[in-house]
Amino acid sequence: MAGTLAEKVWEAHLVRRGSDGAPDLLYIDLHLVHEVTSPQAFEGLRLAGRPVRRPDLTIATEDHNTPTLDIDLPIADLTSRTQIDTLRNNAREFGVRIHSLGDADQGIVHQVGPQLGLTMPGLTVVCGDSHTSTHGAFGALAFGIGTSEVEHVLATQTLPLAPFKTMAITVNGELPPGATSKDIILAIIAKIGTGGGQGYVLEYRGEAIRRLSMEARMTICNMSIEAGARAGMIAPDQTTFDYLQGRPHAPEGADWDEAVEYWKTLRSDDDAEFDAEVVLEAADLEPFVTWGTNPGQGLPLSASVPVPAEIADENERVAAERALEYMGLEGGTPLRDVKVDTVFIGSCTNGRIEDLRSVAKVLQGRHKADDVRVLVVPASARVRLQAEAEGLDVIFKEFGAEWRNAGCSMCLGMNPDQLAPGERAASTSNRNFEGRQGKGGRTHLVSPLVAAATAIRGTLSSVSDLELEGDVDLTTFDGTPLAPLSAPSFV
Amino acid sequence: MEKFTTHTGVGVPLRRGNVDTDQIIPAVYLKRVTRTGFEDALFAAWRGDPSFVLNQDAYKAGSVLVAGPDFGTGSSREHAVWALKDYGFRVVLASRFADIFRGNSGKQGLVAGIVAQEDIELLWKVLETKPGTEVTVDLEARTVHADDVTVPFQIDDYTRWRLMEGLDDIGLTLQHEDDITAFEAQRASWRPKTLPAKHLPSVPIEPARPVG
Repeated sequence: MAGTLAEKVWEAHLVRRGSDGAPDLLYIDLHLVHEVTSPQAFEGLRLAGRPVRRPDLTIATEDHNTPTLDIDLPIADLTSRTQIDTLRNNAREFGVRIHSLGDADQGIVHQVGPQLGLTMPGLTVVCGDSHTSTHGAFGALAFGIGTSEVEHVLATQTLPLAPFKTMAITVNGELPPGATSKDIILAIIAKIGTGGGQGYVLEYRGEAIRRLSMEARMTICNMSIEAGARAGMIAPDQTTFDYLQGRPHAPEGADWDEAVEYWKTLRSDDDAEFDAEVVLEAADLEPFVTWGTNPGQGLPLSASVPVPAEIADENERVAAERALEYMGLEGGTPLRDVKVDTVFIGSCTNGRIEDLRSVAKVLQGRHKADDVRVLVVPASARVRLQAEAEGLDVIFKEFGAEWRNAGCSMCLGMNPDQLAPGERAASTSNRNFEGRQGKGGRTHLVSPLVAAATAIRGTLSSVSDLELEGDVDLTTFDGTPLAPLSAPSFV
Repeated sequence: MEKFTTHTGVGVPLRRGNVDTDQIIPAVYLKRVTRTGFEDALFAAWRGDPSFVLNQDAYKAGSVLVAGPDFGTGSSREHAVWALKDYGFRVVLASRFADIFRGNSGKQGLVAGIVAQEDIELLWKVLETKPGTEVTVDLEARTVHADDVTVPFQIDDYTRWRLMEGLDDIGLTLQHEDDITAFEAQRASWRPKTLPAKHLPSVPIEPARPVG
């Protein structure tokens, strides 16, 4: 029978098919662990006297709580320090590999897996973090789980899972200059809504997706959860193989050949049936920005803040009124007139080396707008090292930005990097929920290019608002595979 | 896990859609390493507002939350379920739930029942006109009863069975440990292992310092 990519990966991991309404039992290839959602899971194992079944399929890192300044000093926030100490102790006790603060492979868990070459096509990948959908960019079935499920995977390396539906999202054509994969996913979420993907695994396909680099694909899959989806996937191709080959944990020799041969079969069959289909034309896209308090409340930057009275649906109107009140915005205001206080560049959505390169290209030789705070936080310590090797840190610092250590940082403000009440940010992260980046903080989700242009002008802007010096080819910001992170060499 | 058959308690109307898990429990409360004691964190941003439903005496002792569509979206934090349970909620009713939240609820004995939006509106009306009304949730019959309103709710058969039996998922899975071992024996050798660890050479990281 013809199958979709997601169904093929599912079938390949079936330990036991459920009967009488019981869910299927699926094997988990890779379990990523961080400090926030794991302490209660390890405690559960300890109380039940259970070991971690497969420490060799498990890896931990510190990201959510970690400070981005003074990482060589003890963590000032005692509860954060306790949570990180707890992870370190659990890793030691249960024999789990850990990359701690100060280690070159410490960083956001969704960057660490790919950069080590642990994330590959055809795997099942889980983590107690909803943005685990990121790894779907490689053609893996990857999804976020709760702490009870973290404990379940630690104990059994499996998960009982109810079947999902499949949705094909086809993005035809070619992105216009200045538009990025972030704009694709923001446009998709605005189109299908924050609940539009519920119960589905999304598969992104079409020419515009094929043209994207691996990191740009990760940005898209990362935000699948913001459409409510269980996971997002992209069929692996040469771009995927090129990204992986030579990374520390990528297969070698005969294993590599066998793997690639198998990975090439990981695509939805031509006659596979999806439960739903959505089509977008990339050429119609332009830089997107959110105006409200959920990621579905987004519009092209050239638009104006919606006027609630003009919204027909009552629930949507009430939601818009509430969102505008929280955001301190007037309906009808052109989005380009919205002034920001902070620009945050980072997160598992857009804190990778390509993001930093594209931002640096725009910022080079300029200075930030007065009164705007600019924070650049690489997704991992390795990304930071790479950026420094390329001199990007100097560009950021000369621009007036703060160059920080790796972590989740202001994406969710569990560390000291937070917005003050009423402070407005253009953020390359993934969620604009009330209070997400700090109590009372106001978030506009944007692409790295929009973040860069906004940092220069002080109001929400795109690169087309800038007078770029010389011949800067914006089309290379996204879509063209750039050199992989650091030349591979093995220890 | 405690067995769940029926529950009767004060119903709380939460007239909001898209209540994400950042609203249910903000990230700042996720730093704890325990599984209990999250009751103070529930809806933390809204608890300071005297007009918020849980700040009204009639609803304070609520244990059945009747919410708008798309409840529990966003972050996978199971703390959202713990906070609801620690506060005293046993049931959440909504017309749509985020998948991860619904899954987490089932693992922790919190009933996440899907009720048609028009029935949610009926329940809201009852609970708002007669604050403090008790709601009875019958998991066996899959019905919700409040005053003169009785409406059905949906929950999948397997979760319902587990909740009614009070069964632990890990124990259930480990009954099939032989199947897991057999599956592991035939996994392809190219599939990655985190151990022994391989990585690029270690390089010292220069700590970033505060500016100015």
